[in-house]
Amino acid sequence: MVARTLSGARAEILAQIQAATAEDRGDRPTRLDSGPESQSSDAIGDPGLFATRCADYGTPVLQASRDEISALVSTRFALRGARRIVVPADLPAPWRPPGVEVIADEPPLTHAELASVDGALSGCALAIAATGTIVLDGGQRQGRRALSLLPDVLVCVLRAGQIVPDLADAISRLAPASRPLTLISGPSATSDIELQRVEGVHGPRVLDLILVD
Amino acid sequence: MSSFPDAARTSLDDAQMRANVRRATTAIRARRGAAVAELPDWEELRDAGAQIRAEALLNLDRHLERLETAVAAAGGSVHWARDAEEANALIARLVREAGSREVIKVKSMTTDEIGLNEALAAQGITAHETDLAEMIVQLAGDRPSHILVPAIHQNREQIRTLFAERFGEPALESDPGALTAAARSHLRERFLSVGVGVSGANFAVAETGTVCVVESEGNGRMCTTLPETLITVMGIEKVLPRFADLAVMLALLPRSATGERMNPYTSLWSGVTPGDGPQRFHLVLLDNGRTDTLADPGGRDALRCIRCSACLNVCPVYERTGGHAYGSIYPGPIGAILAPQLAGLDAHTSLPWASSLCGACYEVCPVKIDIPSVLVHLRARVISERGAPPGERLAMAALARIFASRRRYEAAQRSARLAGRLAARNDVIERRLPGPLGQWLRFRDLPAPPEQSFREWWRAR
Repeated sequence: MVARTLSGARAEILAQIQAATAEDRGDRPTRLDSGPESQSSDAIGDPGLFATRCADYGTPVLQASRDEISALVSTRFALRGARRIVVPADLPAPWRPPGVEVIADEPPLTHAELASVDGALSGCALAIAATGTIVLDGGQRQGRRALSLLPDVLVCVLRAGQIVPDLADAISRLAPASRPLTLISGPSATSDIELQRVEGVHGPRVLDLILVD
Repeated sequence: MSSFPDAARTSLDDAQMRANVRRATTAIRARRGAAVAELPDWEELRDAGAQIRAEALLNLDRHLERLETAVAAAGGSVHWARDAEEANALIARLVREAGSREVIKVKSMTTDEIGLNEALAAQGITAHETDLAEMIVQLAGDRPSHILVPAIHQNREQIRTLFAERFGEPALESDPGALTAAARSHLRERFLSVGVGVSGANFAVAETGTVCVVESEGNGRMCTTLPETLITVMGIEKVLPRFADLAVMLALLPRSATGERMNPYTSLWSGVTPGDGPQRFHLVLLDNGRTDTLADPGGRDALRCIRCSACLNVCPVYERTGGHAYGSIYPGPIGAILAPQLAGLDAHTSLPWASSLCGACYEVCPVKIDIPSVLVHLRARVISERGAPPGERLAMAALARIFASRRRYEAAQRSARLAGRLAARNDVIERRLPGPLGQWLRFRDLPAPPEQSFREWWRAR
């Protein structure tokens, strides 16, 4: 719905912009679309670089084969004292960790319920090697945004094939982004107090990444 | 409002603030330098950023219309506000319609600019700041002093005292970890219960209707994901034409702002998504002086700003005076060119002179705003629109007469030389003199004039 409550405002603002820039914009056409050079890139990112960048944030990247995933996930949650975890409804069965209570987000938990679980397990859409970033887009194996936000421990499983070299590659792969995107690079942090960095403000205080070849 | 020189004189006396700001800006400068040095194509990136922003401004109307269409198609509502009053009235109405008397806010300078919190309070709506620094500033009844680190003028002891009192935790320790943990628990309650979130936007993409929020703490994700209703307030200049443009801007912003390769959390969304996040989304497009700024070709580049604060961190003036001296939500070099244009020259007459024109800001600006040139342009506008101070006008008129005649020029030169030699000690004019020249000499030394001018010597040889 395009609000017309203050339609006078809209018309006036647009008219003022046109008057302000008419002389200077000339006849040069403006490129409105992302263009061919930014079409989805096939480039593959270096898992080694990704792990190094994540290490810079203090985020461990643990290697695992397909069969080892659920055991490793279980270990990580146990390490953090997480006994009840939430998972997206389409979490692959081989990822399900033993030894913890696994709650599927279907039907969706309330925010209070999400805040009371100890951790969350999720996949991701892709990862960026150059900046040590994981990108969640609410697609396969990820669930809604609140899952990776409220619980205190987040374990994320990604394949090496999901890693792209840099941000530009990621943006071109993710366009046109019809679902919300969350780019996560390390734990939340603040330097607001005397510029001293403190990690774990809001959002998960622990982020563990499991890299599957 | 006091002029910048007066305000600066006061803040220069605040040793605590100066120490805090100096420490902060020195540290951030070093981090930015390291982060930028990592990228061999940093200058090309700056060029690309400048081009994207400049082009967005020149075709702003077309991009805003596309943005509006895309957001509406994604299930959001778009509203336009000519000024602060309109925006505040609109937002208050939207909050009431959502059935709430409180909102949780992500840090947004745009909402500070329009005085949203005060306007909402006047309507019986409480706005809870959730950024750690903004919360500190709000609890202390203070004003922000830096774009990125608004509470940098406060130290841990001051903050400990504040939290201990406001959160009822007298035993609270003063280390930043403990203070942050206290803030986390205090705010978690709010995130889970308040039904309306208010945010700003770092960018909005016209092509796809995508709004982008860049942050470190996670409160942005909380406020833009958990409430049922989300209101995003955005200056019209923040629009980017294409989704691909995000690749350039998100590469420039974290390195320029905090010296990181990438900030912890970046959120991107278009409209609403069933089953995920707010089910009502309102985008408020704010003018509030931006179209006026756009209309001045010599000043409009200020609108390219992506609010990284790199210019603040490198500015020798800002480092010494801190942000409050600028008397504006936007301090530092960018504030000196943006505030007078947004609020009108009359509101900030002295700000274009709050600079030594060293140009360090221009060198670090990720979108290559030529701040010194805009400062000089605004100085000329102030003088031509308001007139120069009477003494200066008389002096300029007298000089014009003198320079127009060689005879008068040489006569004036001789008497000035005589006066100068009288005022000099050890070949330097250091002493205080009356009048405008005296003011100029307060911080500068002049070498004593020689006994003969070059032409006199030439004629006599």
